[in-house]
Amino acid sequence: MAHTHTVKRYTGLMDWLTTVDHKKIAILYLVAGGFFFVIGGLEALLIRLQLMKPMNDLVDASTFNQLLTMHGTTMIFFAAMPLVFAFMNAVVPLQIGARDVAFPFLNALGFWLFFFGGIMLNTSWFLHGAPNAGWTAYAPLSTQFSGIGVDFYVLGLQISGIGTLIGGINFMVTVINMRAPGMTFMRLPMFTWASFIASTLILFAFPALTVGLVLLMFDRLFGANFFDISAGGNSILWQHFFWIFGHPEVYILVLPAFGIISEVISTFSSKRLFGYSAMVFATVAIGFLAFMVWAHHMFTVGMGPVANALFSIATMLIAVPTGIKIFNWLFTLWGGQIRFTTASLFAIGFIPSFVIGGMTGVMVASPPADFQFHDSYFVVAHFHYTIVGGVVLGLLAGLHYWWPKIFGRMLNEKLGKLTFWTFFIGFHLTFFVQHFIGLMGMPRRVYTFLPGQELDTLNLISTIGAILMGIGTIFLVVNVIVSSMKGKDAPADPWDGRTLEWAIASPAPEYNFKQLPLVRGYDALFKEKMDGRSELTPAEPLGPIHMPSPTILPLIMSIGLFIAGYGFMYQNNYVAVGGILVTFICMIIRSLKDDHGFHIEVEELQDKGAKA
Amino acid sequence: MSHGELTGNQLPAEPEKATLEGRNKILGFWFFLGGEMVLFGSLFATFIGLRNQIADGPAPQELINLTMTAVMTLVLLTSSLTSVMAIQAMHRKDTAKMYLWFIVTFLLGLTFLILEIIEFVEYVHHGHKFTTSAYSSAFYTLVGFHGAHVTFGLGWLLTLLIPFGRKGLTVTTAPKMYVFGLYWHFVDVVWVFVFTIVYLMGKVG
Repeated sequence: MAHTHTVKRYTGLMDWLTTVDHKKIAILYLVAGGFFFVIGGLEALLIRLQLMKPMNDLVDASTFNQLLTMHGTTMIFFAAMPLVFAFMNAVVPLQIGARDVAFPFLNALGFWLFFFGGIMLNTSWFLHGAPNAGWTAYAPLSTQFSGIGVDFYVLGLQISGIGTLIGGINFMVTVINMRAPGMTFMRLPMFTWASFIASTLILFAFPALTVGLVLLMFDRLFGANFFDISAGGNSILWQHFFWIFGHPEVYILVLPAFGIISEVISTFSSKRLFGYSAMVFATVAIGFLAFMVWAHHMFTVGMGPVANALFSIATMLIAVPTGIKIFNWLFTLWGGQIRFTTASLFAIGFIPSFVIGGMTGVMVASPPADFQFHDSYFVVAHFHYTIVGGVVLGLLAGLHYWWPKIFGRMLNEKLGKLTFWTFFIGFHLTFFVQHFIGLMGMPRRVYTFLPGQELDTLNLISTIGAILMGIGTIFLVVNVIVSSMKGKDAPADPWDGRTLEWAIASPAPEYNFKQLPLVRGYDALFKEKMDGRSELTPAEPLGPIHMPSPTILPLIMSIGLFIAGYGFMYQNNYVAVGGILVTFICMIIRSLKDDHGFHIEVEELQDKGAKA
Repeated sequence: MSHGELTGNQLPAEPEKATLEGRNKILGFWFFLGGEMVLFGSLFATFIGLRNQIADGPAPQELINLTMTAVMTLVLLTSSLTSVMAIQAMHRKDTAKMYLWFIVTFLLGLTFLILEIIEFVEYVHHGHKFTTSAYSSAFYTLVGFHGAHVTFGLGWLLTLLIPFGRKGLTVTTAPKMYVFGLYWHFVDVVWVFVFTIVYLMGKVG
């Protein structure tokens, strides 16, 4: 068999710019998401330093508005989302025994669109000021009373949103079509299940944001009247679109975190996950209910008692499947031989933290009580307990758990535990007191407060906690630097893992599996171990492996939209049309030129020690 | 054994589903249409919410040209039928017929687009501009998004048809044709709702 197609393979920087390998795209997401996480964290620190004492003048009111808008937007869209995608890319294909995702080209395109969307948003700091209407950008504040910064918000999110949508579709098809023989749906590892459901939520939630942003853009740039009351518009419309997207978004972030926690707790308890099928059911139920509750963000808008009551009940219902998950994690730990590694500490720390976020969630889900909590620091405390105590602790657990598989190097456990304790204590110090700050009446999004309201000490404690979280992040960065200076030392299976990704070398070779595995049960690798085998049962003979060609087109397509975005913002039609043309020409090239990919031949695989 | 070299009667029965790439493409496109459904659903919701907010602009009853839009409906629905004929011909491996039916589809789509542009120009002359009222903004955004989908579809069809003579019907080109067919039907279904909600409901007030 002769494979005639030869494909240029790049090295160095060009390798990263042209890669379509899901494992390299995972690293790109991880690095870019980590970068934006640090930026969003610095913004948070500035917010907390400003609120450290009453009548502080570290930043002025206008800068404060920009900081809080950019902190929220950056953390949700450009830190948490890409970090979730990093783990989905790094792990899902390996867990289902696949050589790649369904659409490697679109995978790269999704990353570059996200990346340039984030860069575009952050350039606003240097061009006429950052957006300042809050991460929710409520109209008419965002239409009539905000500067050009909001245009950066609209176009940056629009471009990165397209990338996210593409990523969601990619992972849905990957999980449905690319599973190895024997990997039935009820044998999928929990992280893969969670990623699959989260991808479904992305598919149905992001188009609502797209439309909302289009309406906002048309109002701001082309004089449309969607949110302009004087011309018959309706500003509540924006709130509906934003939250029809925004509430599922919360679950898009937290479901993969739940998945990570399930994997980590099961592995480090050396036990099968308790109630696997109930976990799957709970994940699907949360995904369904996620679309039924958006208006609980709008209880105080005046929708009337019937709408408020229905959305309140639907919201409280979510506590049931979430409770199922919490108990299943506890029962997995129960009687397990628990190993307290950094990853498992983050996962165990996650459980009580997220439970607090869930309990305050049921509190704010009650409309009469919510009239008191709304727009106070109580709400700030609540959603940080779910997003930091839930999503970020989950992501940090996943980071320490899968780091050896992604990079082939072990992280230092001592530094890791230092990271955990500083970050964990800092987190609770920052946000636990904010419940009380809110109940005592401090509204969110204010740049300062008066002395003598008994808020001084609690705000100071909160700021000290934030600094501690910053120190925790520094320990993590030090850990990463230290490990990157070592050689590749990670064994294939450092944690006595249970799922397929631990059956192959660390880091995984570019073709993942020399022979696609035959999956014989849930916890596929653990089942092989229990049957006394050291490696997976192959499902196919050794043969040449087809790989997709690297390509620069996704990068250029994204740059085209990036340029067009500035054209729209500065009302320069030539630049706008030129940028879109660049993207379209790339699409046409992609359509006309068939990509035959290339093959890794059997001899090359055997050189790497495979058995023929 | 190189890729995509099977032609004519060597091709399997449903060439678009013969390869994993083809099956991925079709499934992924169905999901994409699911997302598009939410997109147009949101635009319809916006329109329905704002359709009585005409401010100082002309009322839809006096504005809407129902004859014109009925003709447009007929043209676009027929183009959906011809795209079915094209895919049917593809399944019979009758590439000449497939090509012909796709050209008819293209011409019908182009006719629809020209009629829509004429219609919009007429409305603008009646003082129904994009910035006139919340109703007019919602009208042009919804109908315009559909029109943009038709335009994109026409451009897409060209990029499929122009290199077809060189490439021929293979397991690589067949899924592309099939997926375009899905897209074109979707654009058609959306128009059925546009015609009902924007034009018929607009006429009766």
